[in-house]
Amino acid sequence: MTPTTAPTLERKRPGPPGGPAGPGWDRGFGQPDRDRDGDAHRVPLARIAVWLVVATVTLLFAAFTSTYLARRMEPDWQTLQMPGILWLNTAVLAVSSFLLEWSRREGLKQQLPRLRAGLIIATVLGVVFLAGQILAWRQLAATGIFLASSPHSSFFYLLTGAHGVHILGGLIALFYAVGKTRTTGSVEAVFEPAATFWHFLGVLWLYLLVLLFWI
Amino acid sequence: MTVTHDHTHAEHRQSFITRWIFSQDHKVIGIQYLMTSLLMAAIGGFLSMLIRMQLGFPTWNFYWAQWLFPGGFADFKMKPDFYPAVVTMHGTIMVFFVLTTALSGGFGNFLIPLTIGARDMAFPFLNMMSYWLYPPAIVILLISFLVTGGAAAAGWTAYPPLSALRNAVPGSLWGQTLWLVSLALLIVGFLFGSLNYITTVFNLRARGMTMSRLPLVTWAQFLTAILMLLSFPVLFAAVIMLLFDRHLGTSFFIPSGLVVGSQLVTHQGGNPILWQHLFWFLGHPEVYVLILPPMGIVSEILSNNSRKPIFGYTFMVGSLSAITFLSFLVWGHHMFTSGMHPLVGTAFMVTTLLIAVPSAIKVFNWLATLWRAQIRFTSAMLFAIGFVSLFVTGGLTGVFLASPAVDIYFQDTFFVVAHFHFVMASAALFGLFAGTYHWFPKMFGRMMNERLGKIHFWLTFVGIYATFYPMHFAGTAGMMRRIFSTTQYEFLRGLAGMNMFISVAAFGLGIAQLIFAYNFINSWIRGPKADRNPWKSNTLEWQTESPPPHGNWGAHEPTVHRWPYDYSVPGATDDFIPQTVPAVPAVSGAAVDESDGKPT
Repeated sequence: MTPTTAPTLERKRPGPPGGPAGPGWDRGFGQPDRDRDGDAHRVPLARIAVWLVVATVTLLFAAFTSTYLARRMEPDWQTLQMPGILWLNTAVLAVSSFLLEWSRREGLKQQLPRLRAGLIIATVLGVVFLAGQILAWRQLAATGIFLASSPHSSFFYLLTGAHGVHILGGLIALFYAVGKTRTTGSVEAVFEPAATFWHFLGVLWLYLLVLLFWI
Repeated sequence: MTVTHDHTHAEHRQSFITRWIFSQDHKVIGIQYLMTSLLMAAIGGFLSMLIRMQLGFPTWNFYWAQWLFPGGFADFKMKPDFYPAVVTMHGTIMVFFVLTTALSGGFGNFLIPLTIGARDMAFPFLNMMSYWLYPPAIVILLISFLVTGGAAAAGWTAYPPLSALRNAVPGSLWGQTLWLVSLALLIVGFLFGSLNYITTVFNLRARGMTMSRLPLVTWAQFLTAILMLLSFPVLFAAVIMLLFDRHLGTSFFIPSGLVVGSQLVTHQGGNPILWQHLFWFLGHPEVYVLILPPMGIVSEILSNNSRKPIFGYTFMVGSLSAITFLSFLVWGHHMFTSGMHPLVGTAFMVTTLLIAVPSAIKVFNWLATLWRAQIRFTSAMLFAIGFVSLFVTGGLTGVFLASPAVDIYFQDTFFVVAHFHFVMASAALFGLFAGTYHWFPKMFGRMMNERLGKIHFWLTFVGIYATFYPMHFAGTAGMMRRIFSTTQYEFLRGLAGMNMFISVAAFGLGIAQLIFAYNFINSWIRGPKADRNPWKSNTLEWQTESPPPHGNWGAHEPTVHRWPYDYSVPGATDDFIPQTVPAVPAVSGAAVDESDGKPT
């Protein structure tokens, strides 16, 4: 607790501009001493924001999960048969995620046409995944299993629906990134956060699949 | 000083609509949030007057009230159905639509960029969206008074099955649906806001503004944003599931075998306790969402008006962080009577009692800051000191309630009402008042009337204690929290006199707020002009114009050279040294040239 000392000798350390510092326990936290002469040195804001979004969505699904785990202990629980098309959907989403990562690496090598191609195919596969999910819903409904049919069907529609809404958000981000690659050469600020969110949604889907049908 | 940023937004031209209505300027959004919240406070306060009217004078006729709420009154007396709706709406409005929005939305928006030396939030458009989800949420909530069955009546906690079955009580018909939709909108707005706050504090701090030089008010807002980001999605999930239960036939929260209106409910197998877990996983962090920003505001005002550094800055930051963390581990103490295993109850008791440690650290810090200070008793300072008093009074009863053995007796009595109205409601309200008196000059460029402010403080301070302190005794005597009238049971009749006293005190408290309203509006229109730094404060927001221009800092962003609490530094000419003033190298005790380092 030194801050009350008079503003006399400036301590020489590679820290923030002089003066009595605070406790100094935060050196290196964030980048308080970075050069602020331009925006080039900043961490892209969207990169921070996307991780915060990931945290929020994680908590949303954590809440659903805890309800799910508690609800399945009730005596009226019956597990549905997993619709076969979900295997296909999972594969599509996985390929989409891998393509996105491939195109990111190509982008780092300045192979912009490849980056663009990978991004577009990944986005299209995302749309295919969403269509596949809707198909799974329709198949279930055709066999007479609706939202309110059983507790497990309620959770199935709720969780896939909530995931689908976020996939829609991820697709909007990817479409935005596709648009950006057409107009500008620099895509890092848009592409990376969109890709991070997309990979997160892929992992979230695997998690939901395990939660719904394998435990 | 180091010149950093070259381009300025000050020349940005704006029309009336983009400047004052759909503004993306954090200061305008902050003021919009604050003003809307104050309007909602008037509505929520009016509802509390209805509550006190009914509890204090259950046998009187209220002609005007029947004219105002034709559905809620019959023969000039409140209908028993209407009373829980009023209580529900009072709680919901005050917690979510007044205190959260004013303290986090209002002060958070206004102060975060200004205190860290940024020109605006990280995502101004998202910020505007955050505010503009709030008015629709208000409209949907208030419309519920007019729909069939009236407003939601299941309490601000909306426990199922009361809230889940559409024919459980009149308010469950449409009022509850509107309540849930309104809350969902507000939650999305809060999430946008907190995303913005965290990113802004991480990334847009001015040169030299390390985290250990961040003013405590900004620390508190930063930690509050983290709390909101992690707790509100859980309530959102619960809200979605409850809406599904109500309208789509699912059974997440509705148990088997319920009979309503002599008809068996078709839902089965759900568990209403699940809702309680989800609700309180948000609900407890939520009360810290309400109290952390006032803690920051009060720390700032106490230090500034004591003309002393805050006693233990590191400990303040540490205890704020500790409370943020612990608040996620204590939700079960709201559910001791839910059939919880005693061992689990004991675990929640331990985590709850642990919160007393960081809370006490803060209180001792505030007291030590005041100790032997030459205190400047401004209105803001009075409210800040009042905050400490209310927080201690309410916090002590919190220690009682943390113990399951005691809580099982006090559960859902007026003792709980007294507890949370002290520690959370009125303490947060005092933080709101303190902050308003303190930052009003910066917000509107005019000074508030100090004399009226002090009258307002004393009437409010005495009014709060006179209103809520007797409630401890009513609760100890067994008066239930949501009971409609003291005439219901024989054993409550003896409390009629006390309730009348509480009601009269509450009416006085309500009327005293008109002084604040008058002072606010009058000072806004014709208060004396404020200069840049009327309180001789160190933090960055006071180093720019009052009110700050669009873009906040003119041509150059400020550079920070010191922590924010250099008050009464030995050897300095003034008793404050703003954060923008560089250290004077190698000249011991030299006068600090104040004009240097100012960011214009």
